[in-house]
Amino acid sequence: MSNSVESTEPPRKWYRDTWQVPAFIKRSLRSWSLSFVGILVFALLWQGTANNIDTSLGQFPGPVQVVEQIQNLYSEYGREQQRRVDFFARQEARNAQMLAEDPNADVRIRPYTGRPTFVDQIQTSLWTVSFGFVIAMFVAIPLGAVCGLSEPVYNAINPIIQLFKPVSPLAWLPLVTMLVSALYVAEDPLFEKSFVTSAITVALCCLWPTVINTTVGVSSVDKDLINVSRVIRLPAHTHLLKIVLPSAIPLIFTGMRLSLATGWMVLIAAEMLAQNPGLGKFIWDEFQNGSSDSLSRIMVAVLVIGFIGLILDKLMLAVQRYVSWDKQTVLR
Amino acid sequence: MQAYLEISNVGIEFNTESGTFRALQSVNLKIAKGEFVTLIGHSGCGKSTVLNILAGLHQATEGGVILDGKEVNSPSPDRAVVFQNHALLPWLSVYDNVELAVKQIFRGQKSKAEMHDWIQHNLELVHIEHASSKRPHEISGGMKQRVGIARCLAMQPKVLLMDEPFGALDALTKAHLQDSLMEIHSNLGTTVVMITHDVDEAVLLSDRIVMMSNGPAASIGEILEVPLARPRSRLELADSAQFLQARQRVLQFLYDKHKYPGTVAA
Repeated sequence: MSNSVESTEPPRKWYRDTWQVPAFIKRSLRSWSLSFVGILVFALLWQGTANNIDTSLGQFPGPVQVVEQIQNLYSEYGREQQRRVDFFARQEARNAQMLAEDPNADVRIRPYTGRPTFVDQIQTSLWTVSFGFVIAMFVAIPLGAVCGLSEPVYNAINPIIQLFKPVSPLAWLPLVTMLVSALYVAEDPLFEKSFVTSAITVALCCLWPTVINTTVGVSSVDKDLINVSRVIRLPAHTHLLKIVLPSAIPLIFTGMRLSLATGWMVLIAAEMLAQNPGLGKFIWDEFQNGSSDSLSRIMVAVLVIGFIGLILDKLMLAVQRYVSWDKQTVLR
Repeated sequence: MQAYLEISNVGIEFNTESGTFRALQSVNLKIAKGEFVTLIGHSGCGKSTVLNILAGLHQATEGGVILDGKEVNSPSPDRAVVFQNHALLPWLSVYDNVELAVKQIFRGQKSKAEMHDWIQHNLELVHIEHASSKRPHEISGGMKQRVGIARCLAMQPKVLLMDEPFGALDALTKAHLQDSLMEIHSNLGTTVVMITHDVDEAVLLSDRIVMMSNGPAASIGEILEVPLARPRSRLELADSAQFLQARQRVLQFLYDKHKYPGTVAA
């Protein structure tokens, strides 16, 4: 036994005597562990049920099969990347050889035309939804602002909004496809037609929540604030920029969040029907493919779609929290 | 009396779903420069409507208002309004709230540095300079109202209009703000028209108390001069006979109006 234990002075410890876990860590640990339990129970139920369902494409996938396919899809992506690198390396080598034989040889690098992998499809979908969303916002926010500012304009436009709001993307799609092929005729197009078609379909469907929320936000500015503006005689544009828009910001962002969620849902349906590249096409292709792995691979896509939707919503929430001046309201 | 602000024969009708509603009828009042006048009366008697007409936010159906020789027919910084719920822009800091008004009103007249000094000066007048970078939701109700007053003073108004400015505050905060207001009034000599529900407040602050009869078709019932010498101290006034007498008169008026609503006092 060491001396320090027998001495009257208690030994100095390197840790604190009363170690307390901070409250916020306790809280988040608690909520995380509950989430974990929830997911675990769900996965068990899922696997149990899935084992008992047989379809013409084999057994319905459970979590185990899904995890397997995630690995498969990822390694396919890796192989495809390697193939692409090899393809360019071969061209480089061949070109180098041709130049060595004849310095004036006409050499060129051909683009790689390999099969799009799951990861490529995710990227395409994300690009499409972003593009469609941005187009929609450029229309929706000014339109909503005009509707909110002017009662006559609102009365004129509102029926049209109400009419088009409930229309499904699938109804728009054939029209948009034909319109794009008729009007989008560039020599060297910056975007592919299918991309533009999907993006415009997304835009048409995710326009409405932002239009409506902006209208409400702009038209419901506190009357006292408007009176302040009248007393100090703010000119119209300053009134709009300094009073109306800031006041409407929380609702505009609520609308944008709803729009992005709608856009993401619409996109998958549009891609599926229009055979535009993206996650929707991936699902449709797998379905048509009809291998024993197809259902598991579709399930992976379902989970990825959900996860990306979740991330997009969290991103918008973060932006919304950042720009909202009303720090008292809890945004969820 | 030299009238600086004159309300002559003002009446107003509102169009409602159940026909026209006459809120005010033949309101006549002359206010001298530098005078502090409060309007008191029961809820719905049209006090706020009078104030809004003075501000130019409402248009009188008949009659009119003349301020310093000019007719009032639209809102203007000449007639700054302190609103009951402060009406600060929640997304701007205290300083920026005042700056918005100052920039608009003194554009082309004051340089940037002059504007800055002027904003600081007004924030100091209401003793709020220490909170100039705070947002409205970070400060107390009393402080918000101080900012509201600073914003109005920064407009250099000919008349300061106050719509129940201390109605939502607790008694202690209210007392502080009343003292600040008396200090500002005596230093700047601003003409003030203020609406209140509080009889003590009316007697303490006013040169004259305008008591309004009940609506519809409300009008001025009685005007009471408060001959108390300034500067006034609430502690000394607490047992001054004149103070108590004035207080008694106003209470009596309001009580009678409550008992026999609709009758116009002689």
